[in-house]
Amino acid sequence: MSDQWTIDRGLVERISKVARLELTQDEVEKFTGQLKVILEAFRELDDVDTEGVEPSFHPQELSNVLREDEATPWNWDPLENTEHREGRHFKGPRIQ
Amino acid sequence: MTGVIERARTLDEEYGIFNALAESDDSTGGGRLEGVAVSVKDNICVMGMETRAGSRVLEGYRPPFDATVVKKCREEGALILGKTTQDEFGFGTFSVNTPFKVPLNPHDRERSAGGSSGGAACLTSVADFPHLALAESTGGSISCPASFCGVVGLTPTYGRTSRWGLVDYANSLDKIGVMGKTVADAALLLSVISGPDEYDSTVSQAQPEDFTEYLQNDVEGLRVGVPREYFGEGVDTGVSEAVWGAIKGLESQGATVKELSLPHTGVSLASYYIIAMAEASTNLAKFSGLRYGLHLPLEGSFDDYFSRVRARGFSEEAKRRVILGTFTRMAGYRDAYYLKALRVRTRVIEDFKRAFEEVDVLAAPTMPVVAPRFDEISGMEPIQHYMMDVLTVAPNLAGIPMISFPCGRVHGMPVGLHLMADHMGEGKLIRAAHALEVRG
Repeated sequence: MSDQWTIDRGLVERISKVARLELTQDEVEKFTGQLKVILEAFRELDDVDTEGVEPSFHPQELSNVLREDEATPWNWDPLENTEHREGRHFKGPRIQ
Repeated sequence: MTGVIERARTLDEEYGIFNALAESDDSTGGGRLEGVAVSVKDNICVMGMETRAGSRVLEGYRPPFDATVVKKCREEGALILGKTTQDEFGFGTFSVNTPFKVPLNPHDRERSAGGSSGGAACLTSVADFPHLALAESTGGSISCPASFCGVVGLTPTYGRTSRWGLVDYANSLDKIGVMGKTVADAALLLSVISGPDEYDSTVSQAQPEDFTEYLQNDVEGLRVGVPREYFGEGVDTGVSEAVWGAIKGLESQGATVKELSLPHTGVSLASYYIIAMAEASTNLAKFSGLRYGLHLPLEGSFDDYFSRVRARGFSEEAKRRVILGTFTRMAGYRDAYYLKALRVRTRVIEDFKRAFEEVDVLAAPTMPVVAPRFDEISGMEPIQHYMMDVLTVAPNLAGIPMISFPCGRVHGMPVGLHLMADHMGEGKLIRAAHALEVRG
């Protein structure tokens, strides 16, 4: 990893937009400082030789098991936990 | 078992154990868990019982179904007692990262019960009625609290148990496991909950075993490896001595002991946190205040609404992990952090695979220290919290099974011996821990 990336408030604000997570100015300030410390510590990975090593997305090879694509009875109401409904539909915010 | 619910309520007031408690006994009895109360970590769904995973963003959510592991316990006659306290989504080592109750250590209430399955471990220790706990581990969340509270915590092989109905944290790491006062307790509950499930496509197709068959009190010829990196800097001397005492105990019962090296132990911490946070940041994207949990008035645009709900619903550690996890996956950074961490994970897995060519089980301290005091924890920076997991993250990255077994006390507080085995090697762990338990 090189030093080309500066961890600053602007970057944290950008990430918060991508993550759709509103942060207060205090949080931006605090996380900026902590991110620097944490990411610096994570850089110890640079010392590991991983040339030609495949990434492990899972701890061991498991193959997905699929069942037959047959309809089975559905006995619960997907809308029962929402407060935002209109008839048989979920109601969401405006899409701009 | 109505008396049990009342008793649980009293223990809850003393120790902060439950986020929700059963209102009445609806157990049917008649199975392997007849007369047993099973507590469920808050991040595992119980039909009709508020399930928040320790987070405000899930407030009010009452699942319309049981998680598969809960369903299996009910079918064996258990009373589903309640939802135990934890760090929000499992994000922590001391169960303090939650806006709800914080469980206290049963041996000293000024100390942490550990995390993230803290309530489960605390209850397992203090329950004076037949009780078993369903817990969950991503990076050590069963072993750590089991160690701090002095109970048995068994984390199975990745994929051994169904995760259908688990509020997921990191899909390539999460495992539902068990806690009990004894190894036999843990073996019984694992036997009940393991096995294939048509609702979980990632679960192993291995047929369920009866793990109680491994309770043989026999370790003759068992090859025990001791990884020297697990006794290094930062590990309390008293903890090391207690763990070595247990290893010598195994040797005196006929096991062979050899020291070996797992060279990528140190870097496993960074690899784990990058992977766990990256996966968590995508998993948490589903909490949007539309279908369940926290709702706000539908004002502003799509993005405004989601950003606001999540700002209100997540507490500080969850926000920090969403930010860090999103960062490590962003274009330009993904190769250097996320993919690099996954390659280091391959190295960590190779370390274990090499070791298990020579030995049957690995033995180490579960945690480098005994349970810290809350006033010590409140002074710690996030990075110091993460570093507490240095001994538990590597086996979790590799998805191998592990058991934490109480092996003595230091400063009056319990110490955990951590035994680890190769994938699907739970039987060997049960065999070794049981021999130590019988020996006393």
